[in-house]
Amino acid sequence: MSSTFDAVANIIAETCDIPRDTIKQESHVINDLGIDSLDFLDVAFAIDKAFGIKMPLEQWTQEVNEGKATTEQYFVLKNLCAHIDTLVAAKGA
Amino acid sequence: MRFDYFQMIDRIVDLDLDNRTIRTQADVPAASTVFEGHFPGYPLMPGVLLLETMAQSSGWLIIGVNGFKRMAFLASFSEAKLRSFVKPGDVLDVSATLLHEGSGFARTKAQIRVGGKLSCNAEMTFRVAEFPNAELRAHMEKAAATLGFPLEIPVHG
Repeated sequence: MSSTFDAVANIIAETCDIPRDTIKQESHVINDLGIDSLDFLDVAFAIDKAFGIKMPLEQWTQEVNEGKATTEQYFVLKNLCAHIDTLVAAKGA
Repeated sequence: MRFDYFQMIDRIVDLDLDNRTIRTQADVPAASTVFEGHFPGYPLMPGVLLLETMAQSSGWLIIGVNGFKRMAFLASFSEAKLRSFVKPGDVLDVSATLLHEGSGFARTKAQIRVGGKLSCNAEMTFRVAEFPNAELRAHMEKAAATLGFPLEIPVHG
């Protein structure tokens, strides 16, 4: 988790020009870091490439829009990193 | 190339789904009102239209990869370089490579060569979504046939 968090935080800092020390495990990508959907495409591209995965963003968005999930479940960094770890593990299974 | 219809591509030369690449060609018109303003006495193809030409080529690649099920909408570009002037009558050899197909987005790398020389290049990000209505899909099907899109288009998308 911590190595995933460090990698994701570095990607966000570099991609979105956000000071690295302001990015915390509890940071909400949208509400706290102010990353909009367009900037998040660049973040998603970098994460997908770095971890060799394809984050199911459309599925996550649909679940949020339908009230089946909250944005916190996917876009608070510690939760996002847990999902990334799951996707990486599934890839290697 | 028809500036007034924003139709930048004239031909799809090759669509390679295995390697996720496309090659297209575009003939810059010898005369256009665009050149009367850009620039008077020194006509040049505007850089934004070169970017659009690369975007449209990338878009056809993305549509090809997803089996004509979804539309590509330009969202951003980066690392754009306009390396040489493009003039009326030039033939543009455009190529694009799909760098990544994400969930609801895609990233490509595209370039234009004129006379074999690299003229411009960029990386582009697209939102990829269902065709928003039947009218747009029908237009794209018609354009695909005109351009020589080399794949059978699914009847129901």
